[in-house]
Amino acid sequence: MSTPTPARLAELRATIRRLEGVGAGGGRVLPLGVPAVDGALPDGGLPMGCLHELAASDPGAGTAFAAALGARLAERTGGPVLWILGGRDLHAAGLAAYGLTPDRLIAVRATRTADLLWAMEEALRCRGLAAVLGEAAALDLTASRRLQLAAEAGGVTGLLLRLDPRHAPAGTAVTRWRIAAAPSEASAEDGPGVGPERWRVELLRCRGGRPGAWTLEWRGPGWSGPDSSSPDSSSPDSSRTSEAAVRAYALAHVA
Amino acid sequence: MVDGSGKGRRILALWLPRLATDARHRARPEPEDGPPLVGVREERGRRILAAVDRAAEAAGLRPGMTLADARAVEPGLAVFDADPEAEARLLARIAGWCTRFTPWTTPDGTDGVALDVTGCAHLFGGERALVALVTERLAMAGFESRAALADTPAAAWGLARFGPAARTRVPPGGQRAALDPLPLAALRLPPAVVDGLFAVGLRRIGDLHAVPRAGLTARYGAEVARRLDQALGRLDEPLSPVLPVAPHRSRIAFAEPIATPDSIAAAARHLLDALCRGLEAAGEGLRRLELTAHRIDARFDARFNAGGDDAPQTVAIGTSRPVREPKALMRLLAERLERLEPGPGFEAMDLAAPVVGPLGAVQAGFGRDGDDTALGELVDRLGNRLGERAVLRLVPRPGWLPERCVAAAGPLVPAASVPLWPADLWPDDRPRPVRLLPVPEPVEVMAPVPDDPPLMFHWRGALHRVRHADGPERIEMEWWRRTGEPRDYYRVEDQTGRRFWLFRQGLYRPDARTPWFLHGFFG
Repeated sequence: MSTPTPARLAELRATIRRLEGVGAGGGRVLPLGVPAVDGALPDGGLPMGCLHELAASDPGAGTAFAAALGARLAERTGGPVLWILGGRDLHAAGLAAYGLTPDRLIAVRATRTADLLWAMEEALRCRGLAAVLGEAAALDLTASRRLQLAAEAGGVTGLLLRLDPRHAPAGTAVTRWRIAAAPSEASAEDGPGVGPERWRVELLRCRGGRPGAWTLEWRGPGWSGPDSSSPDSSSPDSSRTSEAAVRAYALAHVA
Repeated sequence: MVDGSGKGRRILALWLPRLATDARHRARPEPEDGPPLVGVREERGRRILAAVDRAAEAAGLRPGMTLADARAVEPGLAVFDADPEAEARLLARIAGWCTRFTPWTTPDGTDGVALDVTGCAHLFGGERALVALVTERLAMAGFESRAALADTPAAAWGLARFGPAARTRVPPGGQRAALDPLPLAALRLPPAVVDGLFAVGLRRIGDLHAVPRAGLTARYGAEVARRLDQALGRLDEPLSPVLPVAPHRSRIAFAEPIATPDSIAAAARHLLDALCRGLEAAGEGLRRLELTAHRIDARFDARFNAGGDDAPQTVAIGTSRPVREPKALMRLLAERLERLEPGPGFEAMDLAAPVVGPLGAVQAGFGRDGDDTALGELVDRLGNRLGERAVLRLVPRPGWLPERCVAAAGPLVPAASVPLWPADLWPDDRPRPVRLLPVPEPVEVMAPVPDDPPLMFHWRGALHRVRHADGPERIEMEWWRRTGEPRDYYRVEDQTGRRFWLFRQGLYRPDARTPWFLHGFFG
């Protein structure tokens, strides 16, 4: 039995991911720009062309994180992001700060869940889009399976944003995240007010990757996070160390 | 088979001599040998017959008689009050029903319909067959009618009312021979003029040819020569259709009525192909598409109301940009076809493009163009199901109030042509929430006065202690829009890191509590 070569290993990994439904985007991934998080994701980034789920009990943090992800996808692919929602509370002036500017965003209003899922499925099959973001409340296994298939067919990345965590998670999402706000730390340069926003980002499930939890700080057009390649666990203690790491990291960059 | 010459108009005039009484007979079905029926109107305190049915006419009753005289002749009369407005509505509906034969139809006077059937007759098996079809259909619906088809509206009008047969078809160019034996009243001349001409021995239209025109005009006015010229086609007389006629349209008539979804879709596809060929020749694409289907069983249920199940059924789609790709349009249209109710079947379908826009010769492109096309089709599909205003771009708008600083724009606004987002409208140094509540929610706040940020607040049953706060940012009401108190906005972060946008409404007053509201959530 011969020793597998690195090339052979990479090939096998790609095959496995394809079987898992991750490689539909042609192996394309979207690095988040934070080494610790990217290291936990397969191939160093968020797989494109499949379905991801973001759960957040805080509408602000969830929306902002999703907007930042969408903006990154829009920048990468050149197409706009379709944001499908039932309410009227999305505020474009706030999204622009996370890079999701009006030229990158098309908002779609669908008040009934059936319409929303239909619109998501239609949009995921449309190759001209960077991402399809849907705010779905309840989603059964069949519906999420359909969305995943549509995303694979169209090569469009789908993001399910769930602002009501009471509902059961989508069955077929390739990655599942939980986003929450985290207390900011205003540095001396920032003054006494609210500091740069921080989010507690948990990767709960990831096919072909490793779950983990990080505290990320929003700095201009991207995130910064802990330098260490090993994610902290979700216990409060290590969370604090992670925050310390962020602070150290941020300060190092400011200096 | 195509009747008639290729050039020149062909007009079908319909006359419904007993419109009012026919409608009543249908509304209250009575045995054939029921009492004679007349409609009456008030005129200077007397009741005058306005409409008589066939039985009444057979008994010798004529419009214009007083009701008292009529009762003397025929004591068993059934009488109703004439309702000219309801009759006009009914006539308009019949004219609308006639759009199954041609889009150019218009009510003609109080008891007729004019149809421009130029180039349409071959769809119905020729002109003779078309004339027969129209009158048979009306007879099935309970309306007596006479019809004439000729080159000019005037000739057709006269022949329908005064011609020797109930159905007349005059070959192209033959109106002079057909009109000559008719009385002068067939020229739509005022009764006084007809009487005047009668007095000098001119009784038939043919008699006029021998009379010098100058003399006719000097004595009886220009009307006589004008009406004669219109009838003979020497003077043009336009018809204005009931509904605006789209520049691009196609039509299909079925030998057998169709009712299955498959056959309706096949017919729609056929129409779309034809329509798109026309659009291509014109270098245009459509922005709006209307499919009208005509049911075979139109009955004009004589409740005289507009609407009703006999009206042609129309479904429409809109597109965000000019399109003439039959497949893409069919995808949009397919969903709408389910709304059609064929009943016993459709006998004709119309497809029209009332709104078009310029479109280059090649629509399918490569790379980015192809993506744009795909995106356009997606936007159309979404818009047609969710509503056109459900798919939007959110762009900056000058305005101070947060709830007014975002405007909706069309989803496919090309980024280059308009400055989509002038940066100064949403300045970086004034952070805005990512979620803005449509209606600010009142919160209970503990805040040192007068201008300090809140220390804590109650919202939805939870207490939030403020750890960090930015503000105040004062936003005045837009004075040109409404009056109101200024708002002082604070961006606050609670103990868990959640960030909120709170505002105090109004300036601090020592004697009154100022209300606080939660207006949005920051990332």
